Amino acid sequence: MTNTGDDGAGSSERPRPASPGTATAVTVTGVDKVFETRSGQVSALKRIDLIVAAGEFVSLIGPSGCGKSTLMRLIADLDQPTSGSISVFGKSARQARLDQDYGIAFQQSGLLPWRTVAANIELPLSLHGVAASERKSRVGELIELVGLRDFADRYPDQLSGGMQQRVAIARSLAEKPNLLLMDEPFGALDEMTRERMQSELVRICAETKAAVVFVTHSIPEAVFLSDRVVVMSPRPGRVQQIVSMQLAADRTDGLREEHAFFDMVTAVREALHQGSPVSSVRGVENR
Amino acid sequence: MTVARRPGAGAARVLAPIVVGAVVLGLWQLVVTVGGVDDYLLPRPAAILAVVAEIAPSMLSAGAITGLNALLGLVVGAAIGILAALAASSIRVIDNMIAPIVTALAVIPIVALAPVLNTMFGADSQFGRQAVAGLAAFVPVFINTLRGLRQTLPVHRDLMRAYAAGSSQVMRAVTLPTAAPFVFTGIRIASSLAVISALVAEYFGGPRGGLGGLISTSAASSAYARAWAYVLAAIVLGLAFYLATLAIERLALRRRS
Repeated sequence: MTNTGDDGAGSSERPRPASPGTATAVTVTGVDKVFETRSGQVSALKRIDLIVAAGEFVSLIGPSGCGKSTLMRLIADLDQPTSGSISVFGKSARQARLDQDYGIAFQQSGLLPWRTVAANIELPLSLHGVAASERKSRVGELIELVGLRDFADRYPDQLSGGMQQRVAIARSLAEKPNLLLMDEPFGALDEMTRERMQSELVRICAETKAAVVFVTHSIPEAVFLSDRVVVMSPRPGRVQQIVSMQLAADRTDGLREEHAFFDMVTAVREALHQGSPVSSVRGVENR
Repeated sequence: MTVARRPGAGAARVLAPIVVGAVVLGLWQLVVTVGGVDDYLLPRPAAILAVVAEIAPSMLSAGAITGLNALLGLVVGAAIGILAALAASSIRVIDNMIAPIVTALAVIPIVALAPVLNTMFGADSQFGRQAVAGLAAFVPVFINTLRGLRQTLPVHRDLMRAYAAGSSQVMRAVTLPTAAPFVFTGIRIASSLAVISALVAEYFGGPRGGLGGLISTSAASSAYARAWAYVLAAIVLGLAFYLATLAIERLALRRRS
């Protein structure tokens, strides 16, 4: 694993420890993933090693098809690695899923169209047998957290894309997980909504102190949100470089216009383009 | 979401078909009286209406007999169709077993079974007709339900797996609600088929008294106005079934917009 050249940018120190203690949220060790397809085997991930500390925000970035979503799905135990091992809070990924140690959000909000906003947020709680009164108060808190108080009784198709995604995020937080897995949750949103959602996510993470594994193909998004950005190479996906963000702890909108921010954007972009000509990198948005 | 309708749009929706119907009936009356079509071949609407007034009680009781056959067939056929689809969607072997049978049922004209079933279950039994209606209802309910049960979105499946939900929880939370609109479409198609099948099955013998039987005897005795009156009752019966299933569907799915 190589580091960026500029001073300290590639160090493994976390500039913004979000929670005390040295507990790790996710440990990925030597993971390979091979998909069997009709036209033969496709190697999606090769020898991935990654450690996400408790409370840390880590983004996975790379060109389309580099396996960043696959890696997140492996951590979530939605797929199994071909070889290597994954542990989440010291347990197997499967046990962590069964214990509901993580919350998850996808690019599609995946709301159930026949349930109201409140009932959608309530879904994981009711599946896991949480008492009705507790559910009600928790749903109230979450709706407040994502700023949708006036929309609790609406149905998903009455909401904008950004609002639907906020519902999905509230749902992922329902059980106060210590780990959030997010697969391009803002990928389908327009730029302005997207920036607003990023700011909200920063605020929410500060409140919940959860570790986050965040898949994106937007460099500024990764830089704005993350403690560390994991840059992945095109298929077969490998960790090309891990770039630590040297940025202020409080991520406010002003940060987007600071020099330090642009420096980090440049660092990630260079890491992305390393080893492959700039023109051949596809599926990466540099906006 | 409630979309503000143009004022008068609702009225136009009701009025338009009524106007068309009145115009067609007027033209019919005109062609038969002025155009010199033999009243024996095509009775005037006025003549048919006169007969309707005269035989209304008989139309009602005949409609009740045919309607009950169709209803029993629809309820039992739809119930078996839904259960079979649930079995086929959860157990592959059952799917492989049922699929060819349903394909065979879908391509044979089920009404063709009526004479056979009438003979099997005796000339004084309604069972043959109910069975024909049930078979006719089974096919669209089964096919649509099975289709609906396979519409679950990948993102919903991932979500339920992430929640470590059990299979019955997945069924209740995601699979069944996703399938519901498809099930109701199947039932709506089946409701018309059940009425048609129960009615036509009466053309092939068995106990008298149903609408189909009365249409065929009236036509056979050249009482064409009476035959048309029973046809009218059959149309009303079919419409009633269709509207009833539509109302149940609206009621069941009203919580979605």
